[in-house]
Amino acid sequence: MAQTGVIQNKAVNDNSDRDQSILRIRLITVIGLIAAWEAFATLGRLEILYGDVIPSSWMIAVAVFHELTSSDFYHHLGVTFAEHIVGFVTGSLIAIALGISMGVNPLLRKSLEPYLNAIGSTPKIIFLPILFLMFGTGIESKMAKGALSAFFPVVFTTVLGMVLINPVLIKVGKSFNLSKWNMISKIYMPAMVNPVITGLRLGMAITVIGVLVAELKFADAGLGYQLGIYYEQFRIAPMYAIILIIFALAAGANVGMTMIQDKVNRHMAPTATKGKGNRAAASGNLGVVATN
Amino acid sequence: MTWLLKSPAMVGLFGVLALAGMLELAVFTEFFPSFVVPRPSDTILAFQPVQNDMDLIGNFFVTLGMTAAATGLALAIGIPFGYFLYRNPTYGQAYEGWLAAAFAAPTVLLYPLFLVVFGRSHAMLIAMGFIPGSIPIIIQTRQGLLGVSRTLINVGRSFNLSEQEMFWKIQLPAAVPTIFTGIRIGVMYTLVNIVAIEYLIDFGGLGRIVSEMYFRFDTPGTYASIITVVFVSVLFYWGFGRIEKWLRPV
Repeated sequence: MAQTGVIQNKAVNDNSDRDQSILRIRLITVIGLIAAWEAFATLGRLEILYGDVIPSSWMIAVAVFHELTSSDFYHHLGVTFAEHIVGFVTGSLIAIALGISMGVNPLLRKSLEPYLNAIGSTPKIIFLPILFLMFGTGIESKMAKGALSAFFPVVFTTVLGMVLINPVLIKVGKSFNLSKWNMISKIYMPAMVNPVITGLRLGMAITVIGVLVAELKFADAGLGYQLGIYYEQFRIAPMYAIILIIFALAAGANVGMTMIQDKVNRHMAPTATKGKGNRAAASGNLGVVATN
Repeated sequence: MTWLLKSPAMVGLFGVLALAGMLELAVFTEFFPSFVVPRPSDTILAFQPVQNDMDLIGNFFVTLGMTAAATGLALAIGIPFGYFLYRNPTYGQAYEGWLAAAFAAPTVLLYPLFLVVFGRSHAMLIAMGFIPGSIPIIIQTRQGLLGVSRTLINVGRSFNLSEQEMFWKIQLPAAVPTIFTGIRIGVMYTLVNIVAIEYLIDFGGLGRIVSEMYFRFDTPGTYASIITVVFVSVLFYWGFGRIEKWLRPV
């Protein structure tokens, strides 16, 4: 007993030492990066290297404050948010519906897979001209771009979720003579919540990028548009401020979705990964890099 | 007809052909305006003029060259850095979360910053391709080396291999499949970012052609150049997928 206590104490001490080392490394890295940034900023001020290109971190902090206290910023944020939400919801709903159809119909899955793989690995931004031709250069085309960006990660993970459902669950549903809708709502949906939420999390991150990139190309409002304007006017500190805010918002959205996923995971018993698991690597997973 | 329904590839192909046929009819009958969606036959015929005018093949090699340069740079920095993180587990754990966050971050939005630093140049495109390409290589190199079986390492020790021999003869070969997954993802992200930036700044290879065709209101040409980009992405995806399968036979 006493020996066990000693071993446990040693393990706790080791963990605490390791955590402190990790914290120290992170702190040193952050301080080092800020010092390097300031060094470049000073060299820029002295016109030795990249004059005016790297503002001091203080100037960037002031610019962030100015952005966050200006009403203009919230107008652009609202536009981007609206484009993002409409695009994300539309793209995800279509993707979940198609993913379920592909999951229940192997022929449909196998016939569509190569085409989804092909477009899934393509930079979606090159479809912007088509979206501009179809929807104009207003917010509708950005919503469509958001939907296109969200669609692929969600459809891939929905198919994966369907393919990984424990066949025993499906047999139980069939033995109860469940209707198609009951099969979807009582068997398929609860069993595939986790992969679908993973897809939604990925989709949300990719939609943010997709919408902002579309705004950078052609727009008259939105954070991407604002970023482009600052670049064209060579207002470097506000440009960095917008980039920092966008990164923070994207990280916040990602953390939010991860928390939702964790919450769902705690409430849902993990469903089996038996059955067609091996097939999933080649189909449901699709091995595709869902791109923005 | 039954055999046809049993062959998914044929069903998919027939589906695409049927869709193209319907589109041809819809545009021909002016149900769809041709300035929004050109007739598929017009798109096919547009490849030759786009090649003559914009040199599609030459620009494919421009994009390919920049992707290769950015990937080379990502490999040269990513693999040693991944190895460093493996050899120093505390550093590995300290940077693990940051790398994952950086991988998900919208790095493409940094392009105005890179434009300011590098100007509108190939160096800027290579730098922008390098960032998203190097992160999965670093992550997967560390993961691959961490995942090497203890048995293999014990076998190496029983042969009294030196540290260097252990790395080159045991650890690296065992980690290659996982590292290659990182390389495949890295290459795809590099290509995607380079094409995206080319399109955004109207500079470089294939992405620039898409932008140029759109500005000329050459709708069939725009579609033809978009199909070329899709084709190139598929080629990369398929080619690297084959190599990965070959490296990971089980």
